[in-house]
Amino acid sequence: MPSSTSSVITLKINGEKYTLPVDHRTTLLDALRERLDLTGPKKGCDQGQCGACTVLLDGRRAVACLQLAVAAEGREITTVEGLADGEQLHPVQQAFLDLDGFQCGYCTPGQICSAIGVIQEHAAGWPSAVTDDLRPEAGPPPLTADEIRERMSGNLCRCGAYVSIVEAVARAAAGTGTRTDTAPAARISPEAGTKEAVA
Amino acid sequence: MREFGYQRASDVAGAVALLGADPDARFLGGGTNLVDLMKTGVERPARLVDVRELPLDRVEMTAVGGLRIGATVTNGDLAAHPEVRRRYPALAQAVLAGASGQLRNMATVGGNLLQRTRCGYFTDVTKPCNKRVPGSGCPAVAGEHHNHAILGASDHCVAVHPSDMAVALTAFDAVVHFETANGPGELPLAEFYLPVADTPHRETALPPGALVTGITLPPAPTAANSRYRKVRERASYAFAIGSVAAALDIRDGVVRDVRLALGAVASRPWRAVEAERVLTGAPADAETYAAAADAELTAARPLPHNGYKVTLMRNLMVAVLTELAEEAAR
Repeated sequence: MPSSTSSVITLKINGEKYTLPVDHRTTLLDALRERLDLTGPKKGCDQGQCGACTVLLDGRRAVACLQLAVAAEGREITTVEGLADGEQLHPVQQAFLDLDGFQCGYCTPGQICSAIGVIQEHAAGWPSAVTDDLRPEAGPPPLTADEIRERMSGNLCRCGAYVSIVEAVARAAAGTGTRTDTAPAARISPEAGTKEAVA
Repeated sequence: MREFGYQRASDVAGAVALLGADPDARFLGGGTNLVDLMKTGVERPARLVDVRELPLDRVEMTAVGGLRIGATVTNGDLAAHPEVRRRYPALAQAVLAGASGQLRNMATVGGNLLQRTRCGYFTDVTKPCNKRVPGSGCPAVAGEHHNHAILGASDHCVAVHPSDMAVALTAFDAVVHFETANGPGELPLAEFYLPVADTPHRETALPPGALVTGITLPPAPTAANSRYRKVRERASYAFAIGSVAAALDIRDGVVRDVRLALGAVASRPWRAVEAERVLTGAPADAETYAAAADAELTAARPLPHNGYKVTLMRNLMVAVLTELAEEAAR
């Protein structure tokens, strides 16, 4: 029921249009989860600090918990549900699966949407806080583990799956032809663990 | 959260007219600070005027060789802009040092300037705070203040300004442009933020109902050799406990021009004018840098739990000036 404090809005989400009445206080995150059954974006902190609710707004990563739904009208919203092409997972989703880029999985939809943003921002030549040479002539820095960690710092993982998350982002980026220069995967194999235990 | 009306503005004059003289209305940019404060009840607007789609999203060279930055440019776009990185690298570094990638994509330049302090007493509506409720007191003075001000504070408020971007802008003599119902106006950033005194609730010199429309950076060849260094309690995604924006021009071993501003030490970005005075025309060496830092910090009035900031800021100023001198010598 529209009033001065509510509106009927149309949101464009994963290529589809949804029309719904919203109280203006509704965040995009609550609209997605509670009204539209798009529960991929997770509510972690609800304060913009954990990144679990990360979605893509007009192709750029953003936190849905600080985005008012009414202010998102007219924008292209992509949630983790909209990434796969049918049964074909998005390359970032596949890399997270292949490299165990998660443990409990709660932060994963946000991590994946954020990683897609990271790879696009890097491809567009955006520097980060750990980029040595900011001059545009220097071109994009190699997407090293340090670069990935800095660029992904808005996504917390309480399970601490960071080592695998960094590898997954690097592999997905490498798949797009990005120079990653990350050290060869320093994963501890079961054999290595056994040897250490014996020694 | 209090219920509120929502209107979206499509042009600057319309936005100013929609807000009018209503003290209960707020402009909404990216919302990364305002929406958060509305959730906690620190901000309780009855009406929001959304200005994110205003045509103020460009970064352009000015006729004299400076930059004009629109108020709705996102922090992400600002830091990525080639002319910002080339001409004012400390500004790009400052923006990149703030928040997270997601928040930088949402947050606007205008909103960054007007963001509120993260002092824990300000953001907790169950606590007194002179900034939030004038006259209610400041628990930080005798309470939790390890990250509070050492310069320019008063007994009424010891909170620090949280922006990284504004520190670099202060070093580069930025001018803030705004629009009111009576026409446009501008304020040098040095006059934009008000001293705390006994009115910590009055944060800026903007007239009531004014909309920030953009920032101008004057041309500054010295700024090409500039740097922003931020110290925080973890490696990424945290507010500063101290930061320095500096630019340095050395000719024949003498400091010809210097810009120095400090962050997380005062209620506003702190231009280190005393240090600049000592540096200008002096030999570009470690002795001068230390003397300059000490001169700036003679005005420091640390609280029981933030005395470390005096040492930190001294060492930070010396380190950044030394790095810039080495950079210039290459």
